[in-house]
Amino acid sequence: MSKMREFGNQLYSGERSINFVGRRKIWYAVAAVVVILSIALPVLRGGFNFGIEFRGGSEFRLTNSQSLQQSVAVDAVQSIVPGAQVTVTTVGAQDLRIQTQQLEDVQSEEVRLALAEAFGLDSSLVASSFIGPNWGAEITRQALIGLLAFIAIVSLLMAFYFRSWKMSLAALIALAHDLIFTLGVYAGVGFEVTPAAVIGFLTILAYSLYDTVVVFDKVRENTADIELSETRTFGEAVNLAVNQTLVRSINTSVVSVLPVAAILFIGSILLGAGTLRDISLALFVGTIVGTYSSIFLAAPVYVHLREREPALKAAADKVLASRQ
Amino acid sequence: MAESTTVRSARRKLSWVGGIAAFFAALITWGTVTAQPGATFTPELALDLQGGTQLILTPSIAEEGTASLEQLNQAVEIIRQRIDGSGVGEATVTVQGNENIVVSIPGTPDANTLQLIKASALLEFRPVIQTAQSTPLAEGTTLVDTSTLNDTPATPPTSGSDLAWITEKVQKDFDQLDCSQPFRAPGQVDDPAKPLVTCDDFLFNKYILGPVEVKGENIADAFAGTITTQTGASTNTWAVNLEFDAEGTSAFGDVTSRLFGLTTPQNQFAIVLDGYIITAPATQAVITNGQAQITGNFTQESSTILADQLKYGALPIGFEVQSQENISATLGEDSLQAGLVAGFIGFFLVMIYMTVQYRGLASVVLGSLIMAALLVYLFVAFLSWRQGYRLSLAGVAGLIISVGITADSFIVYFERIRDELREGKSLEVAVEAGWKRALRTILASNAVSFSAAVILYVLTSAAVRGFAFTLGLTTLINLLLVTLFTHPLVQLLARNKFFASGHRFSGFDLSAQEASYKGRGEFRFSPAVPETKLKKSSKQAEIRQTIAERKALQGKESNE
Repeated sequence: MSKMREFGNQLYSGERSINFVGRRKIWYAVAAVVVILSIALPVLRGGFNFGIEFRGGSEFRLTNSQSLQQSVAVDAVQSIVPGAQVTVTTVGAQDLRIQTQQLEDVQSEEVRLALAEAFGLDSSLVASSFIGPNWGAEITRQALIGLLAFIAIVSLLMAFYFRSWKMSLAALIALAHDLIFTLGVYAGVGFEVTPAAVIGFLTILAYSLYDTVVVFDKVRENTADIELSETRTFGEAVNLAVNQTLVRSINTSVVSVLPVAAILFIGSILLGAGTLRDISLALFVGTIVGTYSSIFLAAPVYVHLREREPALKAAADKVLASRQ
Repeated sequence: MAESTTVRSARRKLSWVGGIAAFFAALITWGTVTAQPGATFTPELALDLQGGTQLILTPSIAEEGTASLEQLNQAVEIIRQRIDGSGVGEATVTVQGNENIVVSIPGTPDANTLQLIKASALLEFRPVIQTAQSTPLAEGTTLVDTSTLNDTPATPPTSGSDLAWITEKVQKDFDQLDCSQPFRAPGQVDDPAKPLVTCDDFLFNKYILGPVEVKGENIADAFAGTITTQTGASTNTWAVNLEFDAEGTSAFGDVTSRLFGLTTPQNQFAIVLDGYIITAPATQAVITNGQAQITGNFTQESSTILADQLKYGALPIGFEVQSQENISATLGEDSLQAGLVAGFIGFFLVMIYMTVQYRGLASVVLGSLIMAALLVYLFVAFLSWRQGYRLSLAGVAGLIISVGITADSFIVYFERIRDELREGKSLEVAVEAGWKRALRTILASNAVSFSAAVILYVLTSAAVRGFAFTLGLTTLINLLLVTLFTHPLVQLLARNKFFASGHRFSGFDLSAQEASYKGRGEFRFSPAVPETKLKKSSKQAEIRQTIAERKALQGKESNE
């Protein structure tokens, strides 16, 4: 892959340059459409597909079952609770997960025995669980507190490190975009939102900012004395930084996505629904979007925020004048 | 001798990492060899990888609504005792997020055990009727089913201490009670109006107790303190002070006035928590003001424990089940296997990609990732031993994802070295300059990752914690390795013939220098330097060149 290295050389020298900053109106438009769709889709589809942890309900698990026929499970549950809504999922190689509305203790035991009989299993191999409706709400509440605390602390951290609140703001705008987009994908495709998916969402926050910090660090380096530059405007210097870190961004996102894709693939094939699939799905979407937004959104927004500062504007005018 | 200083410092750093790994490996080896409890090279697995049941309970207190942390801890103690008593085996009970109690039990508990865990603690005061030391039953004794025996007192008992309570059934129950064997069914509820046959907390003595005379909820307060003499001077003797509410005061007054006149053991008053006697003090005075004092061979610790137990009984905490989750052992195994397979595949793919991108440098990545995996493994095993950490599925996911973040710090570093090479610096100088810049970026970006992990760990629930924990741990290990392992390794490699020569498979391909730096932000491309010419320059010359020399040389070369 010496092409990638050559490409890197050319990006570094500025011989080849992709105009991320200059064409920002296009990226803004793309981001706006994405965000609007991500908000509109869930509304049109009637909200998220929340997992049982958020809705509350009863769950049964069949272990070591020879047959995994879903209709048998539905019939068994409905023989005890007529008209019950039943969701059956295959988990792992020999497990079956059956979810339904919240049942009374006695009903729950009856359903458990009915399932054991229907599948010809010893009743000890059928476990019943129950999840109160408050459980998911509590996880969500904690996740929201975590989210707010994280944003507050990390914005301060970044503002302090980069000595510019505008970088924090640009990074947060990119972060909001990533989160809304990922949630939009979840709602749009109808993936189940489980606590594990919430973990995934929270990790996207970390990854999105992590990636932006790496790009911004190069931006900071390139624009340290930009007011004095006679050859580059502020926008051009930022654009060069983004181009110079492009190879890194591509390499990093590939390397980050590979393990996530491995979990997603193996998790879905071997286990079906579950923690691994839910975490990795959110991360898979979030990692790609996070890399994209650092380049196409965070950097242009940062330029947008600072370009009109008198010192930078004066320097840019001088540079542009000297070129004519 | 600047060069050899760098080499020596690099070697020293490398040996530091080796030392840390060796230290933890030796510590755990010592732990396993001397059979320290919990010391093992196989980290403990959480419920979702091991199979079992997890209950999440929220305590509810009738009067106050929510429980304080102190009450939660007390509740955890009580639940642990109950589970241990029911013979379910290894269970973990922990407080989570200041409001919930998480109970993890291996296997699938039966309805009785669940009932037992959920029930609120029951504290009651019963008079002692008879007591004896508990002795193991003679070999081969067959237990008689006492449920068919006569359980009606011969004459109507006149008080709670009346020997008439000892019916044929009660006597037989008492006779064949062996405190060293389990004798109470999980979740057993005793009739407060009937006598009770049970053991003390130490399973040492067995007792026949009369019906309940005072209920735990009538305790207003309980606290440990030292006894003061009549003159008000403090002694060093510890005691537990009890205060009753109005109802309790009158009931307690009635009982003490009756018991005070009786002989041992009938002057004893047993305090029963969940069917076990926590203490059975003798009555030494008639107490009508509702303020009792329990004395005995108390230490500060034991009196505080008893006071807490009494207080807990005074506030019957009920538990509301938030969630109950079962995971079969086979599913746990499947999950662990899937996690490991995914981890290996992810690792493998990352290695292939890094090899394609960075050629010879990928060996540094491979070494660093293997070292990272080793350190993470040792830390997890160590924390599993010392802190009771359990690896969960979300934790495994965190570990796999960290492969990407760890590899990224190498990418940032390598790209910075290449940037410096592009500016026309010699390899050795580029490594040092690139490192300085990369370290800044790595520190800043890892700070973001780490604060995310800390915030998630502190603010969220157990499921998220497992993930946040591994994320934070791997971030720290990443930082440690990149400074003490990856960078020194690259420093040494930069002095290696293969890498320093800029071989096209080294990853430090010097053709990167074709783009040379002309001035502020301007670049110029020098014509390709013939391969032979590069080879001609000896290794030493290559290394000793300063930036200025190199630039001068390049200028000369391109002028030729």
